[in-house]
Amino acid sequence: MSTATLEPRVHAPRNYLNADYGWKSWLFTLDHKRIALLYLVSITFFFIIGGSFAVLMRIQLVDPQGAIVQPETYNKLFTLHGVVMIFFFLIPSIPAVLGNFLVPLMVGARDLAFPKLNLLSWYIYIVGGLFTLYSAIAGGVDTGWTFYTPYSSTYSNTQVTAVAIGVFITGFSSILTGLNFIVTIHKMRAPGLTWFRMPLFLWATYATSIIMVLGTPVLAITIFLLALEHLFHVGIFSPALGGDPLLFQHLFWFYSHPAVYIMILPAMGVVSEIIACFARKRIFGYKIVAFSSVAIAVLGFLVWGHHMFVTGQSVYAGIIFSLLSFLVAIPSAIKVFNWTATLYKGSISFDAPMLYAMGFIGLFTMGGLTGLFLASLATDVHLNGTYFVVAHFHYIMVGGAVMGYLGGIHFWWPKISGRKYPNGWAALAAAIIFIGFNLTFFPQFVLGYLGMPRRYAFYPAEFQVLNVMSSAGATVLGVGYLIPLIYLFWSMRYGPIAEPNPWGATGLEWKTPSPPPTENFTEIPVVTEEAYAYAEEEAGHE
Amino acid sequence: MSDAPAHLEAEHTGLAHQFEDLEQQQESDFLGIWLFLVTEIMFFGGLFAAYAIYRWLYFAAFEGGSHILDIRLGAANTVVLLGSSLTMALSVRSAQTGNRRALVYFLIATMILGGVFLGVKAYEYNQKFVEHIVPGLDWAPEGEVLAHLAPGGLQHAQLYFFFYFAMTGLHAIHMVIGMGLLLWLVIRGRKGAFTPHYFAPVEVVGLYWHFVDIVWIFLFPLLYLIGGRY
Amino acid sequence: MSHTIVPQKTYLYIFFSLIGLTLLTTGVAFIDLGPFNTVAALVIAFTKMMLVIMFFMNVRNSSGLIRIIIVAAFFWFALLIAFTMSDYRTRTWTPAPESWSSAPPTHP
Repeated sequence: MSTATLEPRVHAPRNYLNADYGWKSWLFTLDHKRIALLYLVSITFFFIIGGSFAVLMRIQLVDPQGAIVQPETYNKLFTLHGVVMIFFFLIPSIPAVLGNFLVPLMVGARDLAFPKLNLLSWYIYIVGGLFTLYSAIAGGVDTGWTFYTPYSSTYSNTQVTAVAIGVFITGFSSILTGLNFIVTIHKMRAPGLTWFRMPLFLWATYATSIIMVLGTPVLAITIFLLALEHLFHVGIFSPALGGDPLLFQHLFWFYSHPAVYIMILPAMGVVSEIIACFARKRIFGYKIVAFSSVAIAVLGFLVWGHHMFVTGQSVYAGIIFSLLSFLVAIPSAIKVFNWTATLYKGSISFDAPMLYAMGFIGLFTMGGLTGLFLASLATDVHLNGTYFVVAHFHYIMVGGAVMGYLGGIHFWWPKISGRKYPNGWAALAAAIIFIGFNLTFFPQFVLGYLGMPRRYAFYPAEFQVLNVMSSAGATVLGVGYLIPLIYLFWSMRYGPIAEPNPWGATGLEWKTPSPPPTENFTEIPVVTEEAYAYAEEEAGHE
Repeated sequence: MSDAPAHLEAEHTGLAHQFEDLEQQQESDFLGIWLFLVTEIMFFGGLFAAYAIYRWLYFAAFEGGSHILDIRLGAANTVVLLGSSLTMALSVRSAQTGNRRALVYFLIATMILGGVFLGVKAYEYNQKFVEHIVPGLDWAPEGEVLAHLAPGGLQHAQLYFFFYFAMTGLHAIHMVIGMGLLLWLVIRGRKGAFTPHYFAPVEVVGLYWHFVDIVWIFLFPLLYLIGGRY
Repeated sequence: MSHTIVPQKTYLYIFFSLIGLTLLTTGVAFIDLGPFNTVAALVIAFTKMMLVIMFFMNVRNSSGLIRIIIVAAFFWFALLIAFTMSDYRTRTWTPAPESWSSAPPTHP
């Protein structure tokens, strides 16, 4: 296998990419690796769509009077930005792309347990996406991605039903993915791969799947009820007819708060893999890190009321939700401390994936700590509904989840594509993204603290400097996201051919050729050692 | 996961390429359907939670609404559905013992009982239209029905009937899907697709059917028996 | 896995118990037990569910993993209801400020 690099390109060994050609071989594939690539292309498409909405918003906010659009249009922009980014990019990002690609490879199996369901989940996702795109073209929707009632059910005359159907349908794609992962991890591990020998990415994916399976159905029924209320006006969420709009928020956040962990947990798994590989060390406190993923998944279900502190929810329920929200900080902090401890005295090399992982740790810590401000009942009264919240969750979702996603893409790109990308460009992109991100979102913390509310098309003139900074940062961030798109595309054709294990990493996925053959392994491997068995005294790899 | 060579077992019917042996495949199918049922529990769970809140808030209205339903039809339908669960369990057993004729007969019996249930349900739905107590579409209760509903407040009674239709409707949709799956099993079963070694589809559909039965086991007291009929 | 073949008689016994419980729950509805009518209805429904799960769905002979999954599902469902109810039950403990009730109605 080590001779693979010496062979001329035309004689590339058979792998999942050259096993078959033509659009049918992609659209009807049951191979988890090809389905992962289908997802990769589609979520990138939605990322660009959602990103364009963000660009328009940041242009609008350069001017206190609003630079380009009327408030009605602005409402639709932030709504569609949220809906597209959350349901069609962030939630499927790491699980559906990297998870699909890696879970069977990491457990040492030939495919996921249910390949047909896996393909079905992609088609469901696409159908849901089409509904959402249709709603955007047919006039948009202006409720915010949270669809709060009674505005969404009674008053809004935009495309609420179409978006609701889109989100409802896409939920099932998420459910099927989670179900597939749980079964695969339980039943298809290679001989010798015990639970505590599993890479932490699998633990994180497992925890994520639990949330997908337990939470998503509740969102589905909630959205279903919302659509019924919107169509028939029977009063379930309408105070005028005896319903309670807060009930919608309870049901909505029962899923949508844990959904934040659907976005961040897999990114944490990716970061664990990268940190261990580029520090050439075992993860410090492996079991604790593994269990903290499950703890985050479970505790994440008990904190949803912190989105409702100032809505008229009972203050006593608020106290309990506040307390429990603080508890989630514990497993999250454990992870950050353990990554740091892993780095301590490691032979660290700063390849591009590592830069993304380091970016993740810094930005996630910022996002997590500001979350504590919002989990406190008293400070939340001041900060609720301001840009502080916007900045906080972007630090988690963009600074955390997207950095983790990009880190993962860079880490496993040689495995996925069989090619290497230019490391210098990748490092440059990581730096630009980090700087652009902070320039975009740090001013928003200040804006929020000063009292600028989110979701407004206009603002008082004294906030202009910070808003222009944020918009300028968004430009830098946009450039940062564009660069990887270009060189990753470039590398697919012109990049140097990757050897099976270019990073010298542990894990079953590196023990098979890059890119892997359709059946993943010629022989099902036998695992004899724990994850991250890096020889610690060795000098760093070249 | 076992050490048995994959290609030997692959000669068996129905072993998918991603599994090493039939046992691994069966365990995976079984775990998969149970996880699917978990999602179903949470799916109905959201609706049951909303029901619980409103029932607690507007008990009188829910009681009034409940007393308009025909308790005899509800109880009879419960018996019908439990009977279909029995025949379903027996068809799985027939597949286990390799009795193909009995398998097909019990599957058809399950479908017939499911059809009876849906027929009764359709009759009940029609009654609601006759009585003008369909929220959103035809809500104008009058006469004796109005007298039942008025004490709890008409708007809140409308909420009760919304839940009545949402819960039984969602349940009925699951029944229809189940009937489709049963039909598929009958067609495959007649061709002899199931053997005592391979009958996972029968078992999986069976579990789904029993789950739908369980939902009804709760819907019956929660919708028909609120507050008692004394 | 359920490789054990359950005798037909067992299924019939369970079926008749389920019918009996259905008649019981219907009958109890005609007796005034106050709030315990609801309790009785739910307890009977729960018993019926357990019979179906244990025998018809054959969880009796299933692995511990399946049992954990079922328990977890109901536990999460209970969490959903319990935490949501905790809001509704305690909302009125602290009365709304005077000024709120004197505010003009906001519905158009």
